[in-house]
Amino acid sequence: MEELILDIGRWLVSGLQGLGLSAAWADLVLLLVQWGCIVGIVTANVIVLIWLERKVSGFIQQRLGPNRLGPYGVFQTVADAMKLMTKEDIIPSGADRTLFVLAPMLFIIVAVMLYVVLPMGRDMAIVDLNVGLFYFISVGSLSTICLLMAGWGSHNKWSLLGAMRSVAQMVSYEIPLAFSLLGVVMIVGSLNLGDIVAAQQRVWFVLLQPVAFVVFFVAATAELNRGPFDMPEAEQELTAGAFTEYTGMRWALFFLAEYTNLVAVSALASTLFLGGWQGPLLPSWLWIIVKTYLVMLVFMWLRWTFPRIRMDHLMSLSWKVLIPVSLANIVVTGAGLELFRAMGW
Amino acid sequence: MTLTLHDATFALLALLTLGAALGVVLARNIVHSAFLLVLTFLGVAGLFLTLDAGFLGLVQVLVYGGAISVLVVFAVMLLMSEQAGQTNPPGASRFTRWAGGVGAVALALALGAAVCTTAWEPGSGPRPEAVAELARLMLGDYVVPFEAAAVLLLLAVVGAIILAKGEDGR
Amino acid sequence: MSDQATIGIFLLLTLAFPAGAMAAAWLFRPAPIQSAEKRTPYECGVDTRGPSWMRFRVNYFLYALVFLAFDVETIFLYPWAVRFQALGLFAFVEMLVFIAILALGLWYAWKEGALQWY
Repeated sequence: MEELILDIGRWLVSGLQGLGLSAAWADLVLLLVQWGCIVGIVTANVIVLIWLERKVSGFIQQRLGPNRLGPYGVFQTVADAMKLMTKEDIIPSGADRTLFVLAPMLFIIVAVMLYVVLPMGRDMAIVDLNVGLFYFISVGSLSTICLLMAGWGSHNKWSLLGAMRSVAQMVSYEIPLAFSLLGVVMIVGSLNLGDIVAAQQRVWFVLLQPVAFVVFFVAATAELNRGPFDMPEAEQELTAGAFTEYTGMRWALFFLAEYTNLVAVSALASTLFLGGWQGPLLPSWLWIIVKTYLVMLVFMWLRWTFPRIRMDHLMSLSWKVLIPVSLANIVVTGAGLELFRAMGW
Repeated sequence: MTLTLHDATFALLALLTLGAALGVVLARNIVHSAFLLVLTFLGVAGLFLTLDAGFLGLVQVLVYGGAISVLVVFAVMLLMSEQAGQTNPPGASRFTRWAGGVGAVALALALGAAVCTTAWEPGSGPRPEAVAELARLMLGDYVVPFEAAAVLLLLAVVGAIILAKGEDGR
Repeated sequence: MSDQATIGIFLLLTLAFPAGAMAAAWLFRPAPIQSAEKRTPYECGVDTRGPSWMRFRVNYFLYALVFLAFDVETIFLYPWAVRFQALGLFAFVEMLVFIAILALGLWYAWKEGALQWY
C-alpha cells in the first residue's frame, strides 16, 4: 500500500517509454497527470469540505445542517456547485473589467501553486525543493494583490473597503506566520519540507515548539480570513468584502481558492509540526490526509465557536502580541540550541 | 548558436517584464500602472529562476510581489484623486516626453555597454547551496553592511512615521 | 527536469484551470438579461453616492511600511536560521543585534501610535 501511488507513477513512466517516448516527454506526461490529480482532488475535496463545514457548524449550533439531498445531505454542495455553474454572469457597469475578470483567476492560480512543494507522502512532493518552506511563504504572499485587484475592479465601496482591510490584516499576520516557522528551521537546519518531516522521526515539533505552533495557528487563521478573524468579509458590516460584486463561476473561483488555501495551510501545519506523513501502520499518504483533516476540523471548530474580533483588536493582536512573542521565541530557541550544544548533549 | 528551450524561456520572460514595464509608463490609470509593476517584479523573479537562483527569485516574489506591491497600491489609494482614468497622464509637454524617452534609451545603452564589456567569469566546480552560502557571507565577511541594513530599515520606519504624522496632522 | 522547469510547467498548466472553469460556466450559463438596473453596484438597495474609488487614510500605508521593514528582516532571518547550527555563537550574537535594532523600530512605531487602528 505504501508504494501504491509511487508505483502507479513509475508504471506510467515506464509504460510511456515502452511506447517509444523519450524520458523527458514521459516525465512531462507524468507531471500533467500529477497536475490533473491535484486539481481534481482539490475541486472534489472542496465540495466535501463545504458540506463538512456546514455540518460542523450545524452540530455546534445545535441544528441539523444540510439534510435533504442524499444521506446526511452529502449532495447539497454538489447541487450548489451546479447552481453556481448556471448563474448568469454579471459585471457591474462601472467596473474596471480587466481587473475584475483577472482577480478570481489569479487568486485560484496562487492557491493551486502552493501544492507544488507539499510532501503528500514519503517521496511524494511534485518538486522536492531545497527552499520549499520559503517557496510556500513567498508564493502565498501573492494572494493579497489578487484581493486588491478584486476590490478595486468591482467599483463598489464595500469591495474596496473590504479588500483594503483584508490586505492590511493579511500583511500584518504574514510576519508572525513567517517568524513562527523560524524556530523549526533553526532546529532542522533546512528549508526542505522533506527534511523537516524526517527530523520529526522521534518527536513532533509541536512538542519542541509549542509557542511557535500556537502563533502559527492563530496567524494562519487570520491569513486565511477565517473566523474569528473574518473581519474583512464580515457579512453584517461589509456585505461580502472584496467578493460583493462577484456572481456565479467567478465567485465560485474565490470560494474554491479559499478552501484550497485552507487545505494547503493545514497540510503545511501537519508537515511542520505534526510529523507530516509519518505514522504507524497506515501508508504515508493516508497519514497526511488524516492529519490535514484533523487540523481543518480544528479550524472549523474555532470558526464556529469564537465571536468575530474587532478590527482594531485584530491589528493589535498581531503587532503587539504575536510579533513580539514570535521574536522572543526565535531568541529563546536560539539560546536553547546554543546551550544544548555548549553542554555537549 | 542554436536556440535552446532555456533561451526561449528567457526571451519570453524578458518580453513579459519589458512589456509590463512599458505598460507601467504608458497606462493612463495609475492603479493599472501599479498592478503592471507587480507583473514586472514577477517577471524579474522568473528571470532569477531561469538563472538557477531560486532563493533570490523567491525573495523577489516575497518582498516585491507581496510587500512592495501592497505598499505601492496603498500609496496610490492614499493619494487617489477623483478622476481614476486620468491619474497617470503622460508628460505635460512634448519636450518632457522626448527627454524621458531619450534618457531611458541612454540608460539602457549605458547598462548594456557595461554588461557587454565586463569580463564575466562563469563559476566552476560544484556550487555551494545558495542559502547556506548567503548566510555564511552575510554573517561573516559582510557583517557590517548586514547590521547597516538593519539600521537602514529602522530609519525607514522612523522616517515614514514622522512624515505620515505630519500628513495626518496629529 | 530541473526544479525550476517543473514549477514553470506547473504554472503554465495551472493557468488553464480557471480558464477551463470559466469556459465550462460559459457553456452552461444563460445569456444575461441586460438591464442597467441589474448592473448597478450593490449598495443595500440605494444608489451609490459619491465616488467609489476614494482616498484611504494614511493608516493603511503605515502598516504596509512597517510590514515591509519586517518582511525584509524575514529574508535575512531565513538563511541565518538554516545555517544556525553551523554558524556558531558569534553569528547568534550578530543576529541578536539585528533583531534588537528591528525591535527598536517596532517599539518606536508602537510608541508613536502607528500600530493603532482608528
